[in-house]
Amino acid sequence: MEQIYTNEKLSAESLKPKKSTIEFLLSYSKALSVIKYKKLEFETLLN
Amino acid sequence: MEQTLQDSVLVADYIKGDEKALELLINRHSHRIYSFIFSKVYDKDITEDIFQDTFIKVINTLKRGNYNEEGKFLPWVMRIAHNLVIDHFRKNARMPKFEGSDDFNIFSILGDQALNIEKQIIKDQVETDVKNLIDGLPDDQREVLIMRMYKDMSFKEIAKHTDVSINTALGRMRYAIINLRKMVEKNQIVLTN
Repeated sequence: MEQIYTNEKLSAESLKPKKSTIEFLLSYSKALSVIKYKKLEFETLLN
Repeated sequence: MEQTLQDSVLVADYIKGDEKALELLINRHSHRIYSFIFSKVYDKDITEDIFQDTFIKVINTLKRGNYNEEGKFLPWVMRIAHNLVIDHFRKNARMPKFEGSDDFNIFSILGDQALNIEKQIIKDQVETDVKNLIDGLPDDQREVLIMRMYKDMSFKEIAKHTDVSINTALGRMRYAIINLRKMVEKNQIVLTN
């Protein structure tokens, strides 16, 4: 039998962010709201 | 071209408040951005962190309405990721750290050689006991023992120094050890820690 001596490469499938990371980003986006009042900018992060 | 347009549409939708548009944007480009970061840092955990920070910047900029690169969403995100990768390496250059892996832990090699307080106290007590025992030996035996054990002299040198034959020096050393053992037994001293 022929042997494969090369190292196993990281598959394209594995080079993706974790589901939890994406969920965090989406939650962060939903929680963040920026309110502008005249020249002032207010950031609120509601959990 | 179609995708570029769609990106700009999605960005516009997101700015208007459509959260679903962000999900589509992230899912569409996550692989490219993640791969790009991984190709620079070669560490999945760090890649995950930088990926997250990249999109936090993206979200902050879009929500504040500071985004003005319509139609160039991906290159813009890539540039943010690139800058964060540079920041990561700069930070590590200032504060290099070694991270052990599962197979190899640096702390198995590097250890604190100093004794802890308890062991230090025991060591001091043992040394004091030994010193007292040696003081209890007859002068000629004590002299030979100190020369041999503490001054690291050979029996030939000891013999010459004390003006006796080598056999006498050897005999005194032997009796010194026998007497020390007797004193240890008699006083029930423990000389180990």
